[in-house]
Amino acid sequence: MSIKIYVPSDSSSVSLGADKVAASIISEAKKRGIAIELIRNGSWGLYWLEPLVEVSTAQGRVGYGPVKPSDVTSLFDADFINGGTHALSLGLTQEIDYLKKQQRLTFARIGKTDPISLKDYVDNDGYRGLANALSLSQAEIVKAVTDSGLRGRGGAAFPTGIKWNTVLNTPSEQKYIICNADEGDSGTFSDRMVMEGDPFVLIEGMTIAGLAVGATQGYIYLRVEYPHAFEALNAAIDSAYKEDYLGENIKGSNKAFHLEVRLGAGAYVCGEETSLMESLEGKRGLVRFKPPLPAIKGLFGQPTVVNNVISLASVPIILDKGGEHYRDFGLGRSRGTLPIQLAGNIKHAGLIELAFGITLREILYDFGGGSATGRPIRAVQVGGPLGSYMPESQFDTPLDYEAFAAIWAVLGHGGIVVFDDTVDMAEMAKYSLEFCAIESCGKCTPCRIGSTRGYEVMDDIINGRDLDKNIPLLRDLCDTLLNGSLCALGGMTPYPVLSALNHFPEDFGINEKAGA
Amino acid sequence: MTESVTTQSVVQEITNNLKNKPGALLPILHGIQDALGYIPAESVPEIAKSLSLSRAEVHGVISFYHYFRETPPGKNTVHLCRAESCQSMGGKKLEDYVKNKLGIDFHETTADGKFSLEPVYCLGNCACSPAMQIGKEIYGRVSAESFDETIKELGEIA
Ligand SMILES: Cc1cc2nc3c(=O)[nH]c(=O)nc-3n(C[C@H](O)[C@H](O)[C@H](O)COP(=O)(O)O)c2cc1C
Ligand code: SF4
Ligand code: FES
Repeated sequence: MSIKIYVPSDSSSVSLGADKVAASIISEAKKRGIAIELIRNGSWGLYWLEPLVEVSTAQGRVGYGPVKPSDVTSLFDADFINGGTHALSLGLTQEIDYLKKQQRLTFARIGKTDPISLKDYVDNDGYRGLANALSLSQAEIVKAVTDSGLRGRGGAAFPTGIKWNTVLNTPSEQKYIICNADEGDSGTFSDRMVMEGDPFVLIEGMTIAGLAVGATQGYIYLRVEYPHAFEALNAAIDSAYKEDYLGENIKGSNKAFHLEVRLGAGAYVCGEETSLMESLEGKRGLVRFKPPLPAIKGLFGQPTVVNNVISLASVPIILDKGGEHYRDFGLGRSRGTLPIQLAGNIKHAGLIELAFGITLREILYDFGGGSATGRPIRAVQVGGPLGSYMPESQFDTPLDYEAFAAIWAVLGHGGIVVFDDTVDMAEMAKYSLEFCAIESCGKCTPCRIGSTRGYEVMDDIINGRDLDKNIPLLRDLCDTLLNGSLCALGGMTPYPVLSALNHFPEDFGINEKAGA
Repeated sequence: MTESVTTQSVVQEITNNLKNKPGALLPILHGIQDALGYIPAESVPEIAKSLSLSRAEVHGVISFYHYFRETPPGKNTVHLCRAESCQSMGGKKLEDYVKNKLGIDFHETTADGKFSLEPVYCLGNCACSPAMQIGKEIYGRVSAESFDETIKELGEIA
């Protein structure tokens, strides 16, 4: 039997040299006449250890990392193919604290399996949710999702079951399921990890959604910046069609579901669901007025479910284990788990899936190990570019939608970007306004004009010009954005800007702290 | 065959293959940009005709999306991440270095036609910031030295 060696195909691992490491292992094994089977798995999300190479042993999978191509010879010399000890030894991967402490539901298979092997997927509990769904009525599927307490992971945290119920109860010849895979938020990568590391779980989730509401066509709207995910999804969709998990007659049920991946084109606003639908229809991504809700009149005017990748990828386990099982994780109105993405200036950046309720401080220090530079952490931005900057005094906030909202912060898609004490918060505020100006769809004036004006005002503030006039002016502009924008791009840009100003006034040249 | 004849036949073939898809315009534009590196002005009338749109509508869509370009790019396009996580790891300094090294600003192409530079707002590689993408290749924990090495390799092939 040949020895199984795992090297992730995840694009972040590849960005650190995983392809070269895999090639070196293959050639070294050949040179030494050792039979190996090299598997390109997903990443466990322990990115400071990537490229993380694993070897299958009788005790379990043993890890080594971070591995450089130049380490490969010495790994073979140390007999790593039998789990031998080496300077890069990590022991059993499952015993690594960072991983062991997690509660992986949505990410249960990621890292473990070959992402594009349907057999691997099925052998590791895949398609059990679909099997159950095929034996349930549409209303029962929707009820399981409602019971789970799942709320949309794309940002707005709207209850998924309620959305599905609306689409189910809106009669139409044609309905659609759209997966929002635009993942434009900086500091986030969980959607990417799912699509690259376990594409079938998303396909299964969308298929169940289709059965639930009576939609026969699905689209994955994928950002063009994710070419690796595009390949993995298309490979998985091909196999799913071949094995009748997609198509006219899913597993002999006489029910149809078709799926296609469509690429975005570098517009952040196209992550907003109505802009996304305009884009899918082949138009400029201008945000639509609501109502009508997409659930009633969405893509091509038909009832449409739009859900984030993580929302949809959480559906299979809910249908497999039941809504209550999922609901038992979490607290308050934040049920289940959140795949947290820890990024930026942090020693142990990575993916941490946990039940809601853990505090920021635990994430930053117990998991993250403090900043990468070793300097004090001064601020974190949670929830993407439209999320608030949070100072140390807020690090005891539990990850919970309501707890964040109560302090004018945003949990959003669960991305956490860490900054050390060299950060200039006025520069960050200026950047937020610049980003809003660049990405504005242009439909409403406050966002289109106000963001550019705000950028200029920030420039004046940074140069110390007329603070008595410019700080109130900045606040006024933020008020206008908050109250006069059609979507959250304009409407939430004040979150990073005002939180920076309120929590770090000294960076704006003023002394006393003001309330939010 | 002259260059514009080739362009026309490429555009025609892509448009014909894709025009019956619902919402065909973005797939068509992607197809053309994949094949030619950009979307030439002379392709607009053909696209407009086959989708029964006005030229202004097609042009409006091309110009709305940052990714679509109307001029030929250099042999390699460096997409450098400007977003927050990369900033927290020295992205701004790297940006200055890259611009200086290539001698161009964002949205420009080097005089020898080897490199174009475009900003990008997150590559999903935030756990390995700062990040950049060249073609389909993604790079993490980019430093001045690793950037030099990368463009040296690419510059030699280009
Ligand atoms: C400017 C803007 C960008 C957005 N980008 C995304 C995105 O990249 N991915 C996403 O899932 N949701 C994004 N959203 C939220 C979507 O509009 C929508 O709420 C979400 O896709 C619904 O799915 P969910 O209920 O599963 O979260 C964005 C919203 C706004 C206002
Ligand atoms: S707030 Fe900005 S992005 Fe949103 S609809 Fe208005 S102009 Fe468009
Ligand atoms: S912020 Fe640069 S890759 Fe995400």
